[in-house]
Amino acid sequence: MAEPLVIVGKGMAATRLVDELSQRALGRYSIAVIGAEPRLAYNRVLLSPLLAGEIGEPEIELKPAAWWQARGVSMLYGKPVTGIDRAAKSVTLADGLTLPYGKLVLATGSKPLRPPFPGGDLPGVATFRDTADVEAMRAYAERGARVVVIGGGLLGLEAAYGLARAGGQVTLLHLVDRLMERQLDAEGAVLLAAAMAQRGITVRLNASTKGFVGKDKVEAVELADGTQIPADLVVIAIGVRPNIDLADAAGLKANRGIVVDDHLASEDPAIFAIGECAEHRGQVYGLVEPAYEQARVLAARLAGREASYGGSLLSTNLKVSGVGVFSAGEFEAGEGAQIMVLRDPSAGIYRKFVLRDGRLAGCVLVGDTTGALFYLGLIRSQQDISPIRADLPFGEAYCTPRAA
Amino acid sequence: MRHDAPLAAVAATRTTCPYCGVGCGVLATPDGRGGAAIAGDPDHPANRGRLCSKGSALGETLGLGTRVLHPLKRNARGAYIQVSWDEALDAVANGLWRVIDRHGPEAVAFYLSGQLLTEDYYVANKLMKGFIGSPHVDTNSRLCMASTVAGHRRVLGSDTVPGNYEDLDSADLIVLVGSNTAWCHPVLFRRIQQNRAERGAKVVVIDPRVTATAEDADLVLALKPGSDSALFAGLLVHLADAGLVDRAYVERHVAGFDAALANAREIAPGLAEVAALTGLPQADIASFYALWAETPAVVTAWSQGVNQSAQGTDKVAAILHCHLATGRIGRPGSGPFSLTGQPNAMGGREVGGLANMLAAHMGYSPAEIDRVQRFWRAPRMAQAEGLKAVAMMDAVADGRLKAMWVMATNPAVSLPRADAVQAALRGLDLFIVSENVLSNDTLAAGPDFILPAAAWGEKDGTVTNSERRISRQRGFLPLPGQVKPDWWIVCEIARRLGFANAFAYAGAHQIYAEHAALSAFENEGDRDFDIGAHAALTRRAYDTLAPVQWPAPVGKSEGTARLFAEGGFFTADRKAMMQPLAMPVLAVSTSEAFPLLLNTGRVRDHWHTMTRTGLSSRLSAHIAEPTVLVHPDDAERFALTDGGFARIATAHGAVVLKVALDAGTQKGSIFAPIHWSAENASDARIGAAVQPSVDPFSGQPELKATPAAIAPISFRSRGFLLGADDVVLPADSWWTRVAVEGGQGRLFATHADAEEIMRLARAAFGSDGLIEMVDAERGLYRCALVRDGRLAAALFLGPDHDAPVWDAVKSAFASDALDPRQRLALLSGRSLDGAADQGPTVCACFGVGLNAIRAAFAEGATITVEDIGRKLKAGTNCGSCLPEIRRIGAQQRVEVPA
Repeated sequence: MAEPLVIVGKGMAATRLVDELSQRALGRYSIAVIGAEPRLAYNRVLLSPLLAGEIGEPEIELKPAAWWQARGVSMLYGKPVTGIDRAAKSVTLADGLTLPYGKLVLATGSKPLRPPFPGGDLPGVATFRDTADVEAMRAYAERGARVVVIGGGLLGLEAAYGLARAGGQVTLLHLVDRLMERQLDAEGAVLLAAAMAQRGITVRLNASTKGFVGKDKVEAVELADGTQIPADLVVIAIGVRPNIDLADAAGLKANRGIVVDDHLASEDPAIFAIGECAEHRGQVYGLVEPAYEQARVLAARLAGREASYGGSLLSTNLKVSGVGVFSAGEFEAGEGAQIMVLRDPSAGIYRKFVLRDGRLAGCVLVGDTTGALFYLGLIRSQQDISPIRADLPFGEAYCTPRAA
Repeated sequence: MRHDAPLAAVAATRTTCPYCGVGCGVLATPDGRGGAAIAGDPDHPANRGRLCSKGSALGETLGLGTRVLHPLKRNARGAYIQVSWDEALDAVANGLWRVIDRHGPEAVAFYLSGQLLTEDYYVANKLMKGFIGSPHVDTNSRLCMASTVAGHRRVLGSDTVPGNYEDLDSADLIVLVGSNTAWCHPVLFRRIQQNRAERGAKVVVIDPRVTATAEDADLVLALKPGSDSALFAGLLVHLADAGLVDRAYVERHVAGFDAALANAREIAPGLAEVAALTGLPQADIASFYALWAETPAVVTAWSQGVNQSAQGTDKVAAILHCHLATGRIGRPGSGPFSLTGQPNAMGGREVGGLANMLAAHMGYSPAEIDRVQRFWRAPRMAQAEGLKAVAMMDAVADGRLKAMWVMATNPAVSLPRADAVQAALRGLDLFIVSENVLSNDTLAAGPDFILPAAAWGEKDGTVTNSERRISRQRGFLPLPGQVKPDWWIVCEIARRLGFANAFAYAGAHQIYAEHAALSAFENEGDRDFDIGAHAALTRRAYDTLAPVQWPAPVGKSEGTARLFAEGGFFTADRKAMMQPLAMPVLAVSTSEAFPLLLNTGRVRDHWHTMTRTGLSSRLSAHIAEPTVLVHPDDAERFALTDGGFARIATAHGAVVLKVALDAGTQKGSIFAPIHWSAENASDARIGAAVQPSVDPFSGQPELKATPAAIAPISFRSRGFLLGADDVVLPADSWWTRVAVEGGQGRLFATHADAEEIMRLARAAFGSDGLIEMVDAERGLYRCALVRDGRLAAALFLGPDHDAPVWDAVKSAFASDALDPRQRLALLSGRSLDGAADQGPTVCACFGVGLNAIRAAFAEGATITVEDIGRKLKAGTNCGSCLPEIRRIGAQQRVEVPA
């Protein structure tokens, strides 16, 4: 009789885990996947193209229902888990149903950050996290509404772009003086801001939000300096917070995220956590690639193989069509680092490489991200790039020994 | 006057090439837009349709971009203002009068050029020697073959080339002395190679430097610089001892044989002594002597290696002696043969353009002066030989000469101690230059007047090649702007000096006819140069004149193929006069301070000071930078590296050149090209470093053996510029300009670092459309300026040890539309398909690069030079690159043994 494996969360990490597991140990477990959202798992990364209307809803679905059936996975969606009984090794669902587990995987993802701004509860103040948000936002944008997006990070930029494409008059507010400050240096950020402006988005830097104004619905965003920006819709996209409510309630050790070891196990050996809700070596990843790596490792472990997760190299890919932005590793040259730059401002292209002791420590690509994976590989492998240094900025094809 | 210039003609015009003394026939078909399609004239006896790389590229050198198109007058502030011809001519004439009036006619001098046509030469010579009354007319031929003229006159009695080019086809042995024929007379070299291939003729190359010419030789004698006459004195001794002297011929036609032989025995009594003097192995000398002795059909041909020497006249004499002693002269396939450097050096010799001639091969004997005076009806004849080039410039420097008129040459580059010459010219009271170009080193000396002269393609007249063949050079382009033919300018000045009647010519044809008449005037067959058959030439006859070899006296309009087979030398007793030779020695020997001998000469694809060839990207690709050739051992001795830089200093001046190791360059010697000037390089005016020691008879300077020191020079960075012609590089940078497709480029080396060059580039280009790559730590900066979708300019800088390569960027610069996807890749300086990575051009005619040829050879060990020709066309036109291709193949086989 197969061991019951319960996966809480029905996002990209969970789907990848099932996929990996089914390739390794199909039948070893009887798998149940429980999700809050009343729909099949979908690719969250594609929410902004969906918002932009560049793709349709069906196209973001990760796997069709048949795929899940074929793997004998019982899908319970629209049914949030309300509690974990570690002693009894069971989980309870909103409708009272209780499921026993041999192993439990928490892939609960994260929630949008929503600071307590005055007027934050006014209708017309939204976040950008799931398909429901997208539908609401599109409705506004399509009728040319004035939209203020708060947050100049990955999420905010993607939301702003999607809204603008969908027809909204978008203003993007960012707290600091530089977009994507956690991934971009000043020069790259300037190019990105210009690219956003070209797409009809008004970018306001150093704009700290004081609150939202409006009687029965939001009418404007008020900034710390007192200026008010009229808005029919406000999208708060300043970041996410790991969704650890269940783990907390179950008394599992958690800081920002559920603390897991290199085997993705929480302090309870029967309970694992992967994806945005997990905290590994003090690092919480808000990106899909680490979640996939974790899923791969956990699948191997659950299949009884040796595998361990050493953490992921942070690399960022902004998915805004036409505005490629890639950033990995060191993006500002720290002590002892050397910088190599290739720039074509009139074409909106900027490529920066941070080198340490003849090795690639990081790079920033704006405008044209070709070769991103090649560079990521070089950063990971830490191989000596001295022989190809001068050709590095031009991509893998050029990084071959020179012909005589 | 331009009656024969087809303005929008479609028909090809028959003319001759403006480069070397081979005098190839050219068919030029104007394209109606100022250019022309160029082809070899299959009917011209000199080349039978062939052209060399330079001749083939003539069409690329016809632009007006660098031309001076209006008379220019230097104003008080040293700036030039356009003036009318009348104003310029009046001022020049008055200026000349003032000088003559105050200082006498001998304060005036003309410095002419082998680039002038015979008609231009004739009127200039006539004006000066017969009307102004000064003998001071000399020409850049002084640097070219004056020693041959002197040798011919001393030994043969007249400046007569006995044989012709057909002898190169029918000789069984061809000896090339001091001549890189493969590069400097490529079309003749091809004839020699053909003879070798089809008739099995042997080729011996005698040259201190093992050049491309030696690649295809049966015997190569790399003798010590300046020891040629010892080798030939030894040959004379050998011929005598071997009983090969043609007693009958010597008895009847040669004087001074015994004295000359005795003198030869003193210099070179035996093989051991010759070996000691020449540094050659006795065995090689012996086999050369044996070969020469046993081969009656022998042509000994020479060029500047013999002429440009302080003993050049003796060297010529030593060669002539051997041919006279054996009667091997003026017979089909045998004779001594001077291969002239310039297209009309011979024409200049014929009119008397050299200071030690008067006119029409007449000298300064009272009878000759009287005869010429009567013919010219000249008011004031020059009475004695004038100053020769080097002495002439000394006279300019010390103020004896107050006024000088330079025509069609660039003495501030080409003369010894060129810096001193340039300074001296600045000091003239009246300095006039007739020129094609708006800017060169001589014009930089600030002439009072610059007179815009017609260039090749516009000029109309005659030239004489190395085999005494007079050919028409015809205009096929209209005269641009205010440009006038040189003869017209001279005649207008003569008119203003009051000599209107003597200089009233309806056209070049009348000048030529007068020149012909003078050659025949009171010439009872006692003067070699007689073209009396042309004395009554009509304009039509002149325009249709077919190439003919002089002498062509009245009744012999078909001309003369050869002379002296049966003697008949142009001396009182009709005998040639063998001359005793001085002991071979260099003018100045090396010292501790100057341990090397600086040899100078041409490269394959450039001509003189590059005012024409420098406009062709094809020709500029073979050897792009001024480079000094150094033997690997000397490189080691003086810590020089291949591709590095070196400062070459002599007692007279210094240059900085790129270094190339060359096993063919003799140990103890270095070789530098003559072509680069301040116009196209920062530190390559080699003339400035060359000594002024001259030959006692010819006054020709020893340009090929100046004691010199060499030391490495290092720079922090190297790079290149494409476009951005006005960008000024940091002080102390080394640079050279190179014509590239689509504009101009510069290769440079500098002490500046990447940061400084980046600032310079940004200041020059601005930020709009500027693409940059910066790796300061690596000393690397690259940028490209893209305007209107085309690469407008590029600057690449790398560390000294890793200079950027420009082939790929060059081809992008050449195209008028830049593929947007290539914008970034541009700065990689590479093209992935490798198509643009041609490497240095080997075959200039078809623009085939080194890499393509290497690749073709790499396909198999059996690949022959002929296969390369079939595959890439390389070497199938002028063939001057065949030795190079052969060498590449050889290297390939060593590198990839198959």
